[in-house]
Amino acid sequence: MDIRQLTCISCPMGCPITVEMEDGQIINVTGNTCKRGEVYARKEVTSPTRIVTSTVKVKGGTADMVSVKTKEDIPKDKIFDCIRALKGIEAEAPVQIGDVILKDAAGTGVDIVATRNVERA
Amino acid sequence: MKNYDIVIIGGGPAGLAAAVSAKQNGIDRILILERDRELGGILNQCIHNGFGLHTFQEELTGPEYAQRFIDQVLDLGIEYRLNTMVMDISHEKVVTAMNREEGLFEIQAKAVILSMGCRERSRGALNIPGYRPAGIFSAGTAQRLVNMEGLMPGREIVILGSGDIGLIMARRMTLEGAKVKVVAELMPYSGGLKRNIVQCLDDYGIPLKLSHTVVDIKGKERLEGVTLAEVDQNGTPVPGTEEEYSCDTLLLSVGLIPENELSRGMGVEMSKVTSGPIVNESLETNIEGVFACGNVLHVHDLVDFVSEEAAAAGKNAVSYVKGERSGGRGRKILMNPSGGVRYTVPSFIDPSRMEDQLTVRFRVGAVMKNCYVSVYFDEERVIRRRRQIVAPGEMEEIRLTKAQLFEYPDLKTITVKIEEA
Repeated sequence: MDIRQLTCISCPMGCPITVEMEDGQIINVTGNTCKRGEVYARKEVTSPTRIVTSTVKVKGGTADMVSVKTKEDIPKDKIFDCIRALKGIEAEAPVQIGDVILKDAAGTGVDIVATRNVERA
Repeated sequence: MKNYDIVIIGGGPAGLAAAVSAKQNGIDRILILERDRELGGILNQCIHNGFGLHTFQEELTGPEYAQRFIDQVLDLGIEYRLNTMVMDISHEKVVTAMNREEGLFEIQAKAVILSMGCRERSRGALNIPGYRPAGIFSAGTAQRLVNMEGLMPGREIVILGSGDIGLIMARRMTLEGAKVKVVAELMPYSGGLKRNIVQCLDDYGIPLKLSHTVVDIKGKERLEGVTLAEVDQNGTPVPGTEEEYSCDTLLLSVGLIPENELSRGMGVEMSKVTSGPIVNESLETNIEGVFACGNVLHVHDLVDFVSEEAAAAGKNAVSYVKGERSGGRGRKILMNPSGGVRYTVPSFIDPSRMEDQLTVRFRVGAVMKNCYVSVYFDEERVIRRRRQIVAPGEMEEIRLTKAQLFEYPDLKTITVKIEEA
């Protein structure tokens, strides 16, 4: 049996949650004090995901950098792959919020999009 | 001299929301003065997500959240000046400012909204011994360097203080290839949001050492390392617990200080607890027609609440300019934070001037579990809300209604306190 200790991030309470697993199946969730804790814990042990944010350089813009994010959350273990995929990428001004900076980042099927506007200098 | 109805000092989240609200409530002659080269304030460098869950019911990054308000300012045709530094505001609401195009100029305002935000506490405020080598930054400075200038402050990082900016930067520096060795926190609890500890430290295996501080800084030209030590309950380092960490960069995330030089200069009364102005139910300072909102008033955790507060300040400034506010019959109910509650905003309430519902925000002084947030009207308890946990790092709020206060015509003091269950 596999035991995973988590801290719930659903609210400031930060309950310590224990998830008991066997062969990749969740057997028991304890330590949470509300339903949201269990939902968080189940997702966190089966398919934890995160939104990844970073920046890339901009050519010919009023700013040197443009901030970007994965359009949706991606598997947690793909975070560094996404960051690596952004290395060397340069956007060209003008950039608008939502513009796709990189399609299908690191095979996640998720695009990386701009999160700020940069005008042409 | 130019004349405006409302002059807003600072074009960050508070100033933008105050301007939008003032315009929507029917005042046209509004001017925002911003010292940076763009609107949006500190949100521009907060590229992480988690903003706007309350305001827009979606999770935005800082720049996206700012742009929602900037777009409204532009759509509403609200005037603003960038690269403009406000030098002084007189008691009579004459704003002295300067920029390259206009030089030094004066503006007569009918109402002023203070929304200058806050700045980071620096090394000088901490009395850390040791040399003063390069490589020691506030977390926010590092954030600006990495996210806006595209520069890395260093490769091997130690972070002192577990405020949210420090936690966010621990993750950011890690993603950019730096090694974040440890986050040390003087207090026995983190000053940051729990979700940031999980998402920024735990996700990347960065240790958080509570009740620890930096006791020595090594290196003459460039930082070479720091010494951490455990502290006792009085915050004094415990001999024998010292640990050496080699690093080229130390980030400080040790608190934020509302930026109130202009407020003090014009004679605004300040709170010793928040370092922000003392305000009434209208978020108005002791000077009539001068309002404050956002981090200049008290440091917030969530920008959503800044926007909400600033919208109220904007609306109240409009009522003042239009002369719509009741004269106020001089009734002044004192807010009395006690029993674990450090302060409340506002500090007093004139029920005849308040909106139908008033949000009172406050912070507690220590982590308390299984407790009640209680509100007393003089001796009588009127609100008692069970809380599983309250913490200094998370702002609390209670709501009072106008109807409720009118039921108590002789009410002198409203006490907000934390009681054990």
